[in-house]
Amino acid sequence: MRKTFKGGVHPPHYKEATEHREIEKARLPQRVIIPLQQHIGAPCELIVKVGDKVKVGQKIGEGKAFVSAPVHASISGEVVSIETLPHPVGGKVLSVVIQSDGLDEVDNNIKPFGSIESLSPEELKKIIREAGIVGMGGAAFPTQVKLSPPPEKTIDTVIINGAECEPYLTADHRVMLERTEDVVFGIKVVMRAVGVSSVYIGIEDNKPDAIKKLEEAVSGEENIKVIPLRAKYPQGGEKQLIYAITGREVPSGGLPMEVGVIVQNVGTVTAIARAVKTGMPLIERVVTVTGSGVKKPRNLLARIGTPFKDLIEECGGFNGTPGKVIMGGPMMGIAQTSLEVPVIKGTSGILVLTKEEAKQYEPGPCIKCARCVDICPINLLPTRISHFSQMGMWDEAEEYNALDCIECGSCSYICPSKIPLVQRIRIAKGEILARKRKK
Amino acid sequence: MENLKLLVTSSPHIRDDDSVQKIMYSVIIALIPASLMGVYYFGFHAFLVIAASILGAIVTEGLFQKLRNKPITVSDGSAVITGLLLALNLPPGFPLWMAVVGSAVAIGLGKQVFGGLGYNPFNPALIGRAFLIASFPGAMTTWISPVDGITTATPLGLLKLQGITTDYFSLFIGRVGGCIGETSAVAILIGAAFLLYKGYIDWRIPFSYLGTVAVLMYIFGKDPVFHLLSGGLMLGAFFMATDMVTSPITKKGRWIFGIGAGIVVVVIRIWGGLPEGVSYSILLMNGLTPLLNRYTRPRIFGKVKANG
Repeated sequence: MRKTFKGGVHPPHYKEATEHREIEKARLPQRVIIPLQQHIGAPCELIVKVGDKVKVGQKIGEGKAFVSAPVHASISGEVVSIETLPHPVGGKVLSVVIQSDGLDEVDNNIKPFGSIESLSPEELKKIIREAGIVGMGGAAFPTQVKLSPPPEKTIDTVIINGAECEPYLTADHRVMLERTEDVVFGIKVVMRAVGVSSVYIGIEDNKPDAIKKLEEAVSGEENIKVIPLRAKYPQGGEKQLIYAITGREVPSGGLPMEVGVIVQNVGTVTAIARAVKTGMPLIERVVTVTGSGVKKPRNLLARIGTPFKDLIEECGGFNGTPGKVIMGGPMMGIAQTSLEVPVIKGTSGILVLTKEEAKQYEPGPCIKCARCVDICPINLLPTRISHFSQMGMWDEAEEYNALDCIECGSCSYICPSKIPLVQRIRIAKGEILARKRKK
Repeated sequence: MENLKLLVTSSPHIRDDDSVQKIMYSVIIALIPASLMGVYYFGFHAFLVIAASILGAIVTEGLFQKLRNKPITVSDGSAVITGLLLALNLPPGFPLWMAVVGSAVAIGLGKQVFGGLGYNPFNPALIGRAFLIASFPGAMTTWISPVDGITTATPLGLLKLQGITTDYFSLFIGRVGGCIGETSAVAILIGAAFLLYKGYIDWRIPFSYLGTVAVLMYIFGKDPVFHLLSGGLMLGAFFMATDMVTSPITKKGRWIFGIGAGIVVVVIRIWGGLPEGVSYSILLMNGLTPLLNRYTRPRIFGKVKANG
């Protein structure tokens, strides 16, 4: 029996288009848009001005707050404007626009830091922070914060998230296959930084090649184990992953560190490896550009700040009329209004659905089939919370634990009446939190 | 790439391809074996009763929705199920106009007054049936023998009133007196197996319902096999107690629902004035369903451990 969690759904994988395609370097963009906020936490403070010349890897936004992460120039060129621009997560954010000089010149300060052993845990954490590394699975939580638990919390386990349970996405899969060494190197950095000896790499069993490759890579390592997981959505959800691998339940409202675990995405650990090995901060990432709405789906290594439009053009442009462009996967990704938005640190994929695929669903009445109840990984009663949300019964929604919802969207996916359950639960969560703040 | 009209909705952006309609039509398909056996044993009039009841249900649903200026949704199949289930719970020689009245009441009072599909607290077909028993007690208890076509009693009636037992095989294949679709256990089981396979009914309700009846009957010195196979228990356990709308959404709730319904059947069959008790057992538990949902909520992931 493969390890797994309770509940969940089995959407089609849709990974065939890109899972066997090697990572390709995207063309150097002519201009990049670098939002000063690409992470959970406080936005960066601007440290460049219009007209400044910048080089690759140069810091352009400083994260002063504890929960923050600096941003860097991803190409060399000139800062041509600093303005609030559309952000792929929604709304507008102050962003630095850099026009390329075509030279791709690297900042002089970028130098390798040396071997892991020569660096103290504190130094490693500082490197990770300065490199602007955030969780690259999508949540974009500053990595160094995760690696710095308060002293009263003992961390004994690190889990590397290679589940990639979102349909269509193959960026993590390719990273595990092609950058295996960096994955292992990054893991060792994390082990030293946090001082843990036990590491598990969780990979869904629909990626047998990645499982094999990593098993070979860590065969000599006593403390690093590869754990094949049953392919089921949301296997890559932090709480589900921790439960599947360790049997520990992250307490309601709590963080993984409360059960002694830190979870890092495979993309994140390769970014860490690169930062330590070369000194280069997080200025590029692998993005799966896919869906039947693009002509040639690919896995592209793209500079942060590259407009979506450039990457879609590089994949042959649209195939027919696009209906929906999504950042991330189809289960939790964010639908975009514009193609001018840039790739950010948390952009795991750009998914283009055709007009036919991008359907608007007309919700029907709830027939109490309870499928949402059966599949909810948190054991909520989505249909009830959705009902309370619609009726404005926020106290009841809270009593039914709406705040525990991880917003995986499995309930909306499975509902035969096409009721937007997770959307209504999200609304309830927002209301409950807003009312709490008022009190 | 200019002037693109992109659809923006919140996630998830893909959906399972199952639908309410698919579920309803699967239930109809699952009821075909029982319907066929009813027509086979009891003759053409049984078919007419089924047709009349379905027609009455569809027309009533459409009329109600038209009068209330709501979209007409008879094509979702739910009214057909109500009409069909009611017919399968009627005697084979039942007057057609009464069947129409019954299904009109089932849809009107049992479903539409509450707001239509999904909002009714009680199983509509059973509301229709309860109405007919109260209104036409004579016609509702006139049974035909599938062997010779003359008036007979049901196996439960024969046992209760005359102390006559019926052999298991006749009960299993359905060659006994009774409602159109309730007599053939084998036909019902074939349909039920299909629904279980499709995941459209939860095994917990029929299992706990039938199990409770069997165990209690055994404890009270009755023949459990006879009681499982006779009357409307099989049909009720697999097709009416499992109605999604009117049964609990929690697993624990379903267990209690089934056990409770089983207890009611045993009490009515052993000590009640009626030979049967399936309809009332399910209706009673339907009434308890909101409470069961409320008090059998599953433990939230990470909840108990958080508080030690």
